[in-house]
Amino acid sequence: MMSKLRALDNRRLGFLSGIGDRWHALPKPWRIAFGLAFVVFLFALPRINIPFFRTVETDFTTVLWTVAIYVLVAVGLNVVIGLAGLLDLGYIGFFAVGAYSVALFGSPQSVLATKYPWLVCVPIAIALTMLSGVLLGWPTLRVRGDYLAIVTLGFGELIRLIAEKGDALTNGPRGIAEIPYPPGKWPAGVNSEWTGLDMFGPVTSLGWYWLTLVLVIVCMWAARRIEHSRVGRAWLAIREDEDAAEIMGVQAFRFKLWAFAIGAALGGLSGAIFAGKQNFMSSGSFELMTSILFVAMVVIGGSGNLAGVTLGAILVWYLPFKLQDFNITIDGERINFTEYRLLLFGLALIVIMTFRPQGLLPKRYRSSQPPAAAKEEVPV
Amino acid sequence: MTMSDTLLKVDNVTLRFGGVTALDGVDFEVRRGEILGLIGPNGAGKTTCFNVMTGVFKPTAGEVTFDGERVSGRAKYAITRLGIARTFQNIRLFPEMTALENVLVGTDARHKTSVVGALFRLPRVKAEAHTLPESGWRRTFALTFGVSRHIAEERAARAKALDLLSFVGIEGHADAQAKNLSYGDQRRLEIARALATEPKLLCLDEPAAGFNPAEKARLLELIRKIRDLGLTVLLIEHDMRLVMGVTDRLVVLEFGKKIAEGSPAEVRENPKVIAAYLGVPQDAA
Repeated sequence: MMSKLRALDNRRLGFLSGIGDRWHALPKPWRIAFGLAFVVFLFALPRINIPFFRTVETDFTTVLWTVAIYVLVAVGLNVVIGLAGLLDLGYIGFFAVGAYSVALFGSPQSVLATKYPWLVCVPIAIALTMLSGVLLGWPTLRVRGDYLAIVTLGFGELIRLIAEKGDALTNGPRGIAEIPYPPGKWPAGVNSEWTGLDMFGPVTSLGWYWLTLVLVIVCMWAARRIEHSRVGRAWLAIREDEDAAEIMGVQAFRFKLWAFAIGAALGGLSGAIFAGKQNFMSSGSFELMTSILFVAMVVIGGSGNLAGVTLGAILVWYLPFKLQDFNITIDGERINFTEYRLLLFGLALIVIMTFRPQGLLPKRYRSSQPPAAAKEEVPV
Repeated sequence: MTMSDTLLKVDNVTLRFGGVTALDGVDFEVRRGEILGLIGPNGAGKTTCFNVMTGVFKPTAGEVTFDGERVSGRAKYAITRLGIARTFQNIRLFPEMTALENVLVGTDARHKTSVVGALFRLPRVKAEAHTLPESGWRRTFALTFGVSRHIAEERAARAKALDLLSFVGIEGHADAQAKNLSYGDQRRLEIARALATEPKLLCLDEPAAGFNPAEKARLLELIRKIRDLGLTVLLIEHDMRLVMGVTDRLVVLEFGKKIAEGSPAEVRENPKVIAAYLGVPQDAA
């Protein structure tokens, strides 16, 4: 049974790597054309009615926006966990710092009362989260592995407690409302009901989905550029063998700090978008469980691979919404699958860690290379 | 400026771990352009000596100087940039990375681009005409605006890494993951990666361990080729025949102390060395 499952999964990966090879064999203009077509498809997705794919119970555009923002989180966390190999269990802390930066600098209700517009708040949020990443990393990146995981876990909790108890600054669980959002009104012709309404206002998520999608694409492009450079290689080398990397001339501490800062900046950006979209921010939004789900999406999808972590984010955030559509009734009791999502993800994590620790879409699986998995095929 | 004859000087180095003295006043020098063998029975402190030289351990007393610069107290990466590269007794490659990428990490020791340079492709540097395409707008563009330092470094590094892979004889495996290489090829890849850091001194820690005689012969040839490039080689080795065949001088350690030094012929006749390797017969004691 086990070996059969494994063989099946190897066939799936073989199939995927076949697609990958074919994609790389395409002439460049074709790849650009297909890529652009796919991007257009993503932008049009809220308006395309794909049966079964569309969620019924929750507004589909909002679901897409939710997925997009967590893809952004996954891109950032992938730098930290997937590339540099630093297990960060407190990533929600950066997300929260970004969100609260926008709330504090933008909302008229905050003690700062600076009332900066959203577009001004975002760079501030990114700068502050990067700073918090460096401040956290400076003392803690000297410890490794499990110890780092514990320290970052503490950081996440610390930020949450500050948000909850720091009444003077954050107003605790009562939160901060009237968080600003980007300017712009819907022009006529998109949707007759929306004409003249705020594009990023509370009525529709479409503007936010498009904005987030643009940011996701830009950040993925930037992350790829860094990954395919000396910096990316340094991260991989540190992940593989930190001591050997240092002896080969890699400034391990400096590049780990960079990984933390870049990861934090992307987390902060996601938080800033989140705050602007929600309009309201309270300490309840930053539970430890969310942090664990962040790690889960990177690990399930395939840490170190952008396509993999994107898949992970889609699975972790889209599935619960979809499952809401399948309510069944037993003895008059409505069973909602969404309530069992943590159980499902827990199970998925165990299964994937056992069968495919590299995740569903492992990095760099090319048929031109002897697959490492095939070598482990010795019957147990 | 006079080039001193001594490249590396280990000056009275002592290293203690708690009550254990791993190195006890070890004193020797490596001369420019030679192949020096560091030998001794198991546990004599040979690898520990390497670790002190490459900054893994800081000596309790004494110091190491390289090319006139103090080594002890510097960070590991800084020592590599001074010009000391090494391989490991128990192979320590980056297993998930390809052979080529492993070597590229070595070349990065000499690179300057970092996050900003890779992201924004700045600063621009003058393009070298021979690295550009023969014609077309890309050539014109690069000749007019230069290329980013990131691209220039990447191109040069790739070419150099491929050269090094063929130098050690594994160019056919450039795209294979290091963990999938054969044992012998992994040892060769470690040498290529170390050479990529552009060292003046290459330290090989038991490079022939686990090799059969044919592989050992090829390795000897490779070590001589490395010396002919103008590098100085420091070699830890157990195999006496290999050591005798390739080294110019030998330093012998036992229990953390230097017990002999000299040409292979001298060392072979040294009674202390014979005793260390073969033991002292009961009746002689």
